[in-house]
Amino acid sequence: MDSETMSELQEVLNYDIDLGNLVAFDPHYHFTSPAASREESVNESLQHATKLVQAIADSLFNLPSIEDPDGPLVKLPPATTKLPREKPLPKPAPPTKWEVFAQKKGIQKKKKDKVVFDEETGKWKRRHGYDRVNDDNDIPIIEAKMTDEPGDDPFAKRKVDKKKRVEKQEKNRMHNLKQAAKAGSLPSHIQLAAASLPITGTQTAPRKVSKDELQHVAGMAATATASGGKFDKKLPGEKQLKHEKKYRKYLPVVEGTGMASLERQQTEKVLNKLISKNSHELVNVEKAVNMYNVKEDKKRRNQKGKSFTSNKLTPNKKPFKKTTKGGSSHKGNSH
Amino acid sequence: MLMKIKTPQKGRIRRALEKRAPKLVESGKKTLILHGMKTSNVLNQVLSDIYHLKRANSMKYTRKNDNIRPFENGGETSLEFFSAKTDCSLFVFGSHSKKRPNNLVMGRTYDHHVYDLVEVGVENYKSMDSFSYDKKLTPHVGSKPFFTFIGEGFESVQELKHLKEVLLDLFRGEIVTNLNLAGLDRVYVCTVVSPTRVLFTHCALKLKKSGTIVPRMELVEVGPSMDLVLRRHRLPEESLRKEAMKTSLDKPKKKEKNVKKDPVEGKIGKIYIPDQKVGEVALPHKAKGVKRERREAKLKVKSDNPDEKKQKMDTE
Repeated sequence: MDSETMSELQEVLNYDIDLGNLVAFDPHYHFTSPAASREESVNESLQHATKLVQAIADSLFNLPSIEDPDGPLVKLPPATTKLPREKPLPKPAPPTKWEVFAQKKGIQKKKKDKVVFDEETGKWKRRHGYDRVNDDNDIPIIEAKMTDEPGDDPFAKRKVDKKKRVEKQEKNRMHNLKQAAKAGSLPSHIQLAAASLPITGTQTAPRKVSKDELQHVAGMAATATASGGKFDKKLPGEKQLKHEKKYRKYLPVVEGTGMASLERQQTEKVLNKLISKNSHELVNVEKAVNMYNVKEDKKRRNQKGKSFTSNKLTPNKKPFKKTTKGGSSHKGNSH
Repeated sequence: MLMKIKTPQKGRIRRALEKRAPKLVESGKKTLILHGMKTSNVLNQVLSDIYHLKRANSMKYTRKNDNIRPFENGGETSLEFFSAKTDCSLFVFGSHSKKRPNNLVMGRTYDHHVYDLVEVGVENYKSMDSFSYDKKLTPHVGSKPFFTFIGEGFESVQELKHLKEVLLDLFRGEIVTNLNLAGLDRVYVCTVVSPTRVLFTHCALKLKKSGTIVPRMELVEVGPSMDLVLRRHRLPEESLRKEAMKTSLDKPKKKEKNVKKDPVEGKIGKIYIPDQKVGEVALPHKAKGVKRERREAKLKVKSDNPDEKKQKMDTE
C-alpha cells in the first residue's frame, strides 16, 4: 500500500502542470500493452487523464480563494506555456510639440474647475462652451484705443483672430497626428485620409468605375472597327457615341454680304497672319548685314596680311556684331 | 501632402474600432471556422462540433471557398482577408479530397497574416450527438477547460509539439486571471497513440465530495471524439515568432477612481450611493378602497368650501 502511494506521488511529481492554462502534461506515460481496439485505448487514456486532472485540481483548490456568491474565486498564477500574441504590441505615442515644450520649460498640468464664478452676472458659469464666462461673442462695447485705425471693425477683427487661432490649432493637431502615424501609434479610431488604409491591413479600397467611364470605354471599343463603328449593331440601351471633335462649318464660297462675306474674311485673316509673321524675311536684314561685315573683313585681311589674323578677336567688332544679332531677334518676336 | 482626419461619426463604431485595436494585454482570440470547395459529411460535423465547443468566441462561414489553400503560395490571401474582416486570429479550415480525405487545417495568424499551420486528418470520428450522458453535466458555453496531454511524443516529436501548442491555443478560451472554481466543467484529453496519431476527446467534469477541500474528479466523455492523423505542418519563422512572443512586462495600470491618498488621513475613498427612489416604488397592491377614500375626500373638501377657487383668484 505504502509503496503504491509512494509511486503515485513520484508520478505526480513527474507531471508538467501549467496552472495558468490549467494544463497537465505527462511526458512519461506509456500504454501498458498495444490496445486491441480504439475504445480500449480511449478508456485507458481517460483513466490516466482523470489522474492528471486530479493533480491540477490538487494545486488549484489549494490556492488562496475569495468567497463570491457565484463560487470561490481563485487567482491563477501566470501561465508558463508561452503562446503568441494575435496583434503586435501597441507602440507608445510620441510626445506632442506642446508636451515637449512643457517638459523643457517645466510646465505642469493643472486641473481647472469646470465652472467659474462670473463677476459680471454674479453667477457660476461654464469655463468653456455654451453660456461661458467672458464669452467673446457677448461683448457689446469695445473701448477704442489711441492706436486704433479708423475704419477697422474691432468685432470683425476679433472674429478673424479667433478663426486664425482655430486654424493654427488644427494645423498643430494634424502635425502631431502625422508624427504619431509615423511612429505607428495613431489612435485606433482616427484615420488620416491620405493614407486611408484599413486599421490593421495594408490594402487600399478598389476604386469604383463610374458609369460615364464605362460608357467611354464601350464607345472606344465600338469605334475600333474599319468603319469606325458606323455599321455596328447597337445593343438595347446603348447610346449613340458622343462626337468628341468640333464640327467643321463650310462657309459659302460665293461672295456676298453677311455669311457669304465671312469666308473671304476668314481666309484673309489666315493669310495676313502668315505674311505678317514672315514679313521680315522678305528682306533678311540680319543676313544682309552679316554678308556686308564678312566682305569688309575679307578686304581688310587682304590689305594687312597674315600676321594680323588675330585681329579677328579685336573688341572693335564684337559690340557691333552683338547689337545686330540682338536687334534682329527682338524684331522677330515683336511681330 | 494634404491630409484629412477621419474619425467615426458614431460612438458605437468608435468602440468597435477600439476593440479591434492592438492591446497591451490580450484577453483571448477569436476563431474562424470555414471550409473549402468540397467537404465530407464527417468534416461538416467536425466543423460544427468545433463551433459548438467554441461558441463564445468563434465565427462559422458556411459558403464554399475555392481559393483557400493555406499551405500553398497565394492560397492564403483570401484567408487573411477573412481574418482581418472578422478580427479572428485562429482558424480551422476543413477540406476533403482524394489525396487528403477529411482534412483539417488549424492555424493561427499574427497581425492578420498566417503565423503557423498544422494539418491533420480526422479518423474514427464520433460526434457530440452520438454520446449519451446525463444532460445536467453538459459543459457551459465559454467555460474554462482543463487540458491533459499524455504521451512522450508531445515533447520529442516536433510536429506533435506544435500540434499541442495549437490545440491549446485553439481551445483554451478566454485568458483569465481570476477563476471561479464552481465553473470548472470540461476537460480536453489528448493522447499520443503513435508518432503520427493523437487521440482527442472532450469530457465533462464531475466534482464529487472527497472529504477534503479538493473534490474528487470524474470524467464523463461527451464528445466529440476523434483521431487526429498528422499530415503537413508549418512552423512560424523565427523572427516572426520572436516578435509575436513579446509581452508587456509592465501591466497597464488602471486608473483608480474615487480614491485619494492623504498624508494625514491616509487613503480616502468617495462612495456614491444611488438614489433610493422612494417615491417611485410600486405599492404591493392597489386596493380600490384607497381610491374611493381619496375620491370621497375630494368631494368632502368641495362641499366644505365650494368657492375655494374663486377665493384663490381673488387673492391673486
